[in-house]
Amino acid sequence: MTAVSVTVNGETREADVASDTPLLWLLRDNFGLTGTKYGCGIAQCGACTVHLDGQPVRACTTTVAQADGRSVATVEGLAEGEDLHPLQAAWIAENVPQCGFCQSGQLMSAADLLARNPEPTDADIDAALASNLCRCGTYQRIRRAIHRAAQDMREQG
Amino acid sequence: MTTRETDHRFRVSRRNFLKAGAVAGGGLLLGLKLPVGGRMARAEETAEGADFAPNAWIRITDDDQVTVLVDRSEMGQGVMTALPMLIAEELEADWDRIATEFAPADQAYTNNLLGSQTTGGSTAIRNAWRPLREAGATAREMLVAAAAERWGVDFSSCEAAGQVVRHPASGRSATYGELAAAAAEREVPETVFLKDPKDYRLIGTPRDRLDAPAKVDGSARYGMDVQFDGLLTAQVVRCPVIGGRVRSFDAEQARQVPGVRQVVAIDAGVAVIADGFWPASKGREALSVEWDYGEHADLTSAAIERRFREAADSGEAATARSEGDADAALAEAARTVEAEYEVPFLAHGCMEPMNCTARIADGVCEVWAPTQNQTATQEVAAEISGLPKDQVHVHTTFLGGGFGRRSHTDFVADAVACAKAAGAPVKVIWTREETTRHDHYRPATYNRLAAAIDGEGQVSGWQHRIVGPSIMGQIGMIAEDEPMDRTSVETAKEVPYGLNNIHVDFVRTDTPVPLWWWRSVGHSQNDYIREAFFDEVAAAAGEDPFELRRRLLPEGDRNRRVLERAAREAGWGEPLPEGRARGIAVVHAFGSYCAEVAEVSVSDSNEVRVHRVDVAIDCGPAVNPEIIAEQMESGVAYGLSAALGEAITVDRGQVEQGNFDDYRILRIDQMPEVHTHIVDSDQEPGGVGEPGTPPIAPAMVNAIRALTGEPVRRLPLTRSGYQPA
Repeated sequence: MTAVSVTVNGETREADVASDTPLLWLLRDNFGLTGTKYGCGIAQCGACTVHLDGQPVRACTTTVAQADGRSVATVEGLAEGEDLHPLQAAWIAENVPQCGFCQSGQLMSAADLLARNPEPTDADIDAALASNLCRCGTYQRIRRAIHRAAQDMREQG
Repeated sequence: MTTRETDHRFRVSRRNFLKAGAVAGGGLLLGLKLPVGGRMARAEETAEGADFAPNAWIRITDDDQVTVLVDRSEMGQGVMTALPMLIAEELEADWDRIATEFAPADQAYTNNLLGSQTTGGSTAIRNAWRPLREAGATAREMLVAAAAERWGVDFSSCEAAGQVVRHPASGRSATYGELAAAAAEREVPETVFLKDPKDYRLIGTPRDRLDAPAKVDGSARYGMDVQFDGLLTAQVVRCPVIGGRVRSFDAEQARQVPGVRQVVAIDAGVAVIADGFWPASKGREALSVEWDYGEHADLTSAAIERRFREAADSGEAATARSEGDADAALAEAARTVEAEYEVPFLAHGCMEPMNCTARIADGVCEVWAPTQNQTATQEVAAEISGLPKDQVHVHTTFLGGGFGRRSHTDFVADAVACAKAAGAPVKVIWTREETTRHDHYRPATYNRLAAAIDGEGQVSGWQHRIVGPSIMGQIGMIAEDEPMDRTSVETAKEVPYGLNNIHVDFVRTDTPVPLWWWRSVGHSQNDYIREAFFDEVAAAAGEDPFELRRRLLPEGDRNRRVLERAAREAGWGEPLPEGRARGIAVVHAFGSYCAEVAEVSVSDSNEVRVHRVDVAIDCGPAVNPEIIAEQMESGVAYGLSAALGEAITVDRGQVEQGNFDDYRILRIDQMPEVHTHIVDSDQEPGGVGEPGTPPIAPAMVNAIRALTGEPVRRLPLTRSGYQPA
């Protein structure tokens, strides 16, 4: 067992777990942050996407050893207090979620895209989110919501 | 108040009304009883005051909170929004303040179209359309009556709107919360007024989903997210061979893995029960199991396909429909078209792997389940725990996808068995690989078709033989020797094109591969085969596939209306860029009519891309057009995903696919632009969860045939020489 310390959504948290434990299960089982989902366990579906030091990673194949001492952002930290992230607001406005299970990962991938590219095209969106699977087929609404959020963010400066 | 045409006065069904119930302070509504006529509505004093709960779906508290109990499972299809809309419409509740809870397991919530508390078959709105509006209207009338009595005025001089009853003549008003206690003392009326549809404020409007906020901030609780103190996590190691069992196991190493608490044998296999998912994973790696592979260890997909072909010649065929003389029509035909069609077994591929949580304590078994079937969940939990059904409390969570899969109870059985064996609450989580390899699949089938075209170029005969395993037979809904399974022939026998000589039959050919309902059930195969083969026939007759369908469907036919609408919206017949073509298909499924036109390209290297899909849907009253559009997009995505590349195959008795790297589902860069067109309809409600799924495969392959001249008779496309772009 290894003592790990990870800053999650700005708060430093510690746990004693096996060093090969995926970050996903540290977040879910040790920290109670269940917004990050288990979908495949082999970095194929994107449901567990989080940001590690600002970079999107698949939490199911990132070990706690790799995350130790670093900063993790999850869907629970996407809003700033009561203020939803523009992507979350756009997701609601476009009625994106159906079953919703993949949407945490979709949002975290989309947040990374907009941080890098404030005015993405459909092709940019498709490329950035091609590894975030959605079985309900909410894809065209995801595209629309990302465009909407991008516009809101540009207008709000 | 609403209009008072006697047309809209209905007798209230008493079946779903309460005799008594207990409202816990925490907001749980448990122990519902079946109603007895003439009793008072429930008036239960709680710490917060008296609640008004006139029926199983509505609770109004004195703080003016209206809560709707949602008795169908929310798996993405939008019931958590659409069902409360039916109640709020008639209740005159303030939509912006409505709250919802998932209902417990109770007979009051039986789905009358399915006979149990089940979500499936695109029945939610069809079942609820009348009873939930009546439930809302009943509550409203009781609240208005309470106000009228309090003020000493005529019932008919009061109005209800926005959760407030007003007496305009005197200017008096009272909120529903203020009236709740008094309303709870009243008798439930025998008859109530339902609104004239022209007065609807909610029904027919594109309301935002009530579950969206919780699904964008990580707070929505799915089955997998259930957590509480003392809860352990289990993984179950299952025999990889279909029908195999555990012979023996050695858990010594597994028990030494830090965090592993117990290793126990249950019906499904060997359960490793641990402090969390990862210790359970490490525990199962350290576990050594010897399997008895049973009698199917040599089973292969190739052998199954061979058996289907042999059975097409030698098997006993049960007639699904026979009119006129198809044999004679074929013998006398100027031209005949013959084809073989094949479709594979399919997995459901819910994004949330199977899971369930159970706790057995103090003579009560609590189950937290992402289930489509609360009744079956309760029954299975009662059987395994040994407790009476009324001591099994089912908490329905959000479902991370359902598509039929979650009306099975294998994951419930796992959790209850583990909790019983461990003497502690347990959450069972299946891995993705287990979720794929131990699914219950959409049946594969082999089909032979023949059609006759007479000397005048008319379609004069149609034959269709379906060979495949029976879902109903495998799960005991029909006898072992019953040759007909109606779900295997649905829609194949309902060819709507006015054919005089038609023969459709089914050769039941069972296999050990586990079967279950998959979004749109028999339609998922048979609409593809029927509509794709019809296009072959149209081509042989030298007719445009849309025009021929239209000509053969009578004026005013609902198939024809959606067909024409989809064709018009898609610009059928208008020029397209080089290398693109359109295909069309129409289906009548789950009480609705749905036509789709797909615009498709095929590259020089046989890569297929669907660019655009126009969907026309006639589902009767469109309760929430936004959710209907979502369901059409979803249906297209699900059907397209399967048609492009999904197939479950078996080798040495084992399902070969395990994860999303070898069971590939549709990605965002493969998603066409879907345009949904809702056809105005005054007919009875139809479903929307499934009808969008079946038309896309035939619409797509019909476009491919238009481009290449070659029919696509084998799905997925990868088995017909194509690749998804």
